[in-house]
Amino acid sequence: MILTAMIILGVLVYIIGTVFYRGLPALTLDMVTKVPGGGFYLGKEGGVLNAIIGSLYIIFGALAISTVISVPLVMYINFYLPAKSLFASIIRFSLDILFGVPSIVYGAFGFALMIYLGIRASLLGGIITVAMLIMPLMMRSLDEVTRLLSRDLPDALLSLGATKYEMIKVILKQLIPGLITAILLAIGRGIGDAATVLFTAGYTDNIPDSLSSPAATLPLSIFFQLGSPVEEVQNRAYASAIILTVMILILSFSARYFSSKFSKHKI
Amino acid sequence: MITQQMALIPDNSVIEMKEPTLLKKVINNQSIKIEHLDVYIEDHHILKDINLTIPEKSITCIIGPSGCGKSTFLKTLNRMHDETPEVKISGKVFVDDENIYSPGVNVIDTRKKMGLLAQRPCPLPMSIFDNVAYGPRIHGIKRRKALNQTVIQYLQYVGLWDEVRDRIRTSASRLSIGQQQRLCLARGLAIEPEYILGDEATSALDPLSTKKIEELFIKLREKYTIILVTHTLRQARRIADHIVFMYLGKIIESGPTEEFFKNPKKQLTKEYLSGSFS
Repeated sequence: MILTAMIILGVLVYIIGTVFYRGLPALTLDMVTKVPGGGFYLGKEGGVLNAIIGSLYIIFGALAISTVISVPLVMYINFYLPAKSLFASIIRFSLDILFGVPSIVYGAFGFALMIYLGIRASLLGGIITVAMLIMPLMMRSLDEVTRLLSRDLPDALLSLGATKYEMIKVILKQLIPGLITAILLAIGRGIGDAATVLFTAGYTDNIPDSLSSPAATLPLSIFFQLGSPVEEVQNRAYASAIILTVMILILSFSARYFSSKFSKHKI
Repeated sequence: MITQQMALIPDNSVIEMKEPTLLKKVINNQSIKIEHLDVYIEDHHILKDINLTIPEKSITCIIGPSGCGKSTFLKTLNRMHDETPEVKISGKVFVDDENIYSPGVNVIDTRKKMGLLAQRPCPLPMSIFDNVAYGPRIHGIKRRKALNQTVIQYLQYVGLWDEVRDRIRTSASRLSIGQQQRLCLARGLAIEPEYILGDEATSALDPLSTKKIEELFIKLREKYTIILVTHTLRQARRIADHIVFMYLGKIIESGPTEEFFKNPKKQLTKEYLSGSFS
């Protein structure tokens, strides 16, 4: 058991060590404040600001879409359908399958959808595809915390003469920490995924200025930099990996902070 | 926010002396009459042919061993079984001479008439003030002054105001469990019910908090009809005016407390009271 723990720890230390060993020297202020200049992929000046902004746009857009769809669905299957509803178990089962679908399949599906609708690789396409990728995860984790909720609270609200809608508004307050956890899991899955955005968001050296313009993302940026034969550029890929990790950390901490702020009345 | 509240009451002693105006309202002709009530959960026959009239403005305690259908019975009175489709109900429950199970009866109105005190206190995830104000708010009281008055009055009524007056905007979950139960009672009273239902309302509380809740029930008896489900015979003896003894989904015996405990008529009641089974 100690051995397995050591292996896990060792692998973790090795991964983080490599990323930092190769990335830190290349991590300059230019990396986070500039878009790639001419010859960036050959070792000339520039940064990955295009990918940072693109990734943030895509993940927040996808989170907005999937939250707006997930919350009503989870409330519906938990509070409007009867406890042993067949329909609810069908939905849960389909979400479990969708959760297991590899991200490249979502990418291909999103691409096919875009061709059908006549949209070019764009920010909007990326947002929609990433939203599809993270939605099953969000719904399932929100569903789990909702199911763990004690029956006491809904009963207390209903016995006060609340309607179902009024009841759900209060229950959502209680569920804020669970919702934040679901969002965090979704960020973790969505922001680091390269395959979904490969066909759908495209890649560009510019910061996207509209929903229909293509957008760069950090995972793809890492991919392209690693593909360069120049060692300096490869090191920049590791630096980009550090940036991505730090971004996830910042998002996690701020989500936790807001979670405790909004749920101060939680029972 | 707290100072604003205080400003409403220029002198504390004035409000202490004033009898809560909302509580002054006398509700007459309260009546609950149950006729041939049968309840099935899936294939189990939980309640069997219940016929009962609840005396108004008094405390009726329903006693009986676990699983005899006491709580199920209580839930039929405020139609909480509506939420579980497996439950089938037949029979009539007349509340204020209206069968609450006849089609067209608004379930919200029925529930508004019943203040429920659950086994475990369940404060809403909001501040102490908002907990009590929640009921009035969803039933249409928006004016701030009216809400403030309502909240203060009911908190005073349950004896919680002095304990929480300087933290009325803090979370209700920080109160002790006994305080939470009194808060839940105030919250239930704030919707101005006619009847109070208690589902083992003191079983999670310490003796001191239990005593406070029991005293409140006795105080409330003057205005409300109270139906309590209880596990403890001693509590029933202490506060009940009428006892209903249930066993395996049937009413075995019912009657005024004194008579019930002194001369139980049925053999089963005698055995239960002597503790041969529980």
